[in-house]
Amino acid sequence: MATAIRMRSLADPPVAGAAAAEAAVQPASLRNVEEVMTPPLAIKRHDVGGAPPMAPAIAQPAMGARLLGRLRTQLGSLALSVLSIGLLLGFWYLGTEYRWDFYIRFTNVPTPGEVYTEFMGLIGSAKFQANIGISLGRIMLGFCIATGLGVLLGLLCGRYALLKGLLFPALEVLRPIPAIAWVPISIMLWPTTETSIVFITFIGAFFPILLNTLHGVAAVDPVLIRAARCLGAGEVALMTRVILPGALPHIFTGLAVGMGVAWVSLIAAEMISGQFGVGYFTWEAYSLIEYPHIVIGMLVIGVLGLLCSGGIRLLSRLVMPWQRVGTKENA
Amino acid sequence: MMASEAKAAKGHIDLRDIRVSFTQNGAALDAVRGVTLDVKPGEFVSVVGPSGCGKSTLLNIVAGFLKPSAGEARVDGLPISGPGADRGVVFQQYSLFPWLKVRENVEFGLKMQGMGRAERESRARTLLGLAGLLSFENHYPDQLSGGMKQRVGIVRALATGPQVLLMDEPFGALDAQTRVVMQEILTNMWQQLRLSVLFITHDIEESIFLSDKVYVMTARPGRIKAEIPIPLPRPRTAEMTSSPTFMALHRQLKALIREESLAAMGGELKEGGLGQDWHLGEQGVGAL
Repeated sequence: MATAIRMRSLADPPVAGAAAAEAAVQPASLRNVEEVMTPPLAIKRHDVGGAPPMAPAIAQPAMGARLLGRLRTQLGSLALSVLSIGLLLGFWYLGTEYRWDFYIRFTNVPTPGEVYTEFMGLIGSAKFQANIGISLGRIMLGFCIATGLGVLLGLLCGRYALLKGLLFPALEVLRPIPAIAWVPISIMLWPTTETSIVFITFIGAFFPILLNTLHGVAAVDPVLIRAARCLGAGEVALMTRVILPGALPHIFTGLAVGMGVAWVSLIAAEMISGQFGVGYFTWEAYSLIEYPHIVIGMLVIGVLGLLCSGGIRLLSRLVMPWQRVGTKENA
Repeated sequence: MMASEAKAAKGHIDLRDIRVSFTQNGAALDAVRGVTLDVKPGEFVSVVGPSGCGKSTLLNIVAGFLKPSAGEARVDGLPISGPGADRGVVFQQYSLFPWLKVRENVEFGLKMQGMGRAERESRARTLLGLAGLLSFENHYPDQLSGGMKQRVGIVRALATGPQVLLMDEPFGALDAQTRVVMQEILTNMWQQLRLSVLFITHDIEESIFLSDKVYVMTARPGRIKAEIPIPLPRPRTAEMTSSPTFMALHRQLKALIREESLAAMGGELKEGGLGQDWHLGEQGVGAL
């Protein structure tokens, strides 16, 4: 160990390069190096041809093999999905067919067959279609306003602390109130039932979108903001070209969550205050003892919700193509 | 951005008696104290020093991200008032916009200047061609290796035609081999562009290989400890790193920085790099 330390101080004269000290040390150490280095080095060169061409694309396995592999995994998950839904339907069928009545009562629940027959009858009815259209219209309107306002306020509050300080205490008081609790006051506030239902939908979607946008702004790498400013970006360009795209992944999380809450809020609002809409249809079916319609209403709500969140996922892939590129990070 | 006489005369960085203070737990501390530094037009100047010595602080002042607590910071005689496209900055963390393709990244500064699409595109493609990245113009940054990203970063900073290029440990995140290649690319580019470069690094070899002049900083509070002109001829080549002049400079700089690194690390480190005299004898680790 002691020798190791000495060698180290030899290689590294302790004080700033006083020329004299260097001259004293250098020749000796250099000669040592020479002695070690001079014996002919036995380098064996392997013939590897030229350097491989730099291909921009990553090598992919053969097209056929890739498709086959994907098909196999997709078939597997498809089989599982079919089984899963089959079990649910089977449970429903058995419960209703044998009039299960032990704590849970299936006595009044319509059978899958009844629901199917009723649905085939309903599907062409203009009134039924109008109910679906009205619900979709309310969702779109409420959700779009919530998106516009939530993203705008989120971006501004994320960037300007003063605005956030001014708005957030008030918003924090309102945020924990579920959208459904807004129903009575909303009916009083707005001139028509229609507006109040859209408002409830808006309230449901607004907070998740706002908060996620705010997180998204905070998550933008500050070095990107600096880079943009060095490249001459002003405040507006910074907002639209750096902060907004940087926050998009979080914003889309907010949109997905917001869409779910918007449906919950819409259906509740339609059931309580409504005329028309799928929520109203479902509740009315109960009042009118048209039990198969209850299940049809539920299923329609489920399918519409599924389609809406699927739409948001599709939109996010279209808007953020860079999120799909594989990371080939290695340097 | 092509070399011209008028351009070559611009890009003079002049820092005088700079002090940067900040408060920590109520006490005022100096990050940088009394720093005077000068980059002549067309000169390549490096600042080396132990980590935390305030090298990057100096760069941030010139870039316009930070106002000094005292002293004067000027570029071409004008006080620095904020960031701007006249001073290109290359960051250690690449800092490419992940949502823009490679060419769009390079075009960003030009777009901010209001340049038309066609002109922007052709300019960006020329620059990408110089950096050997034209076939990657439609890739997203996440599809590139670190060395490629940093080439895009450099080209993006150059696109607006700045007189000054500020580089904050630009190759610090790259592996050793890539770093050496990038240094050669940079020195060749600089030779053509004739702009002033302020280069921050902790890599001594890198600073000698690239620079006309190296400033060595002390541990915090950062002061300039030495100013070392690098007399190596241009253009620089990889072979020069084994020349006697290079090695002598290397040794000299290493000794200067070593003192500061020990100081910066604190504790009770002695010259051997160990806390106390060690004599474990034959047993080695078994003696502990």
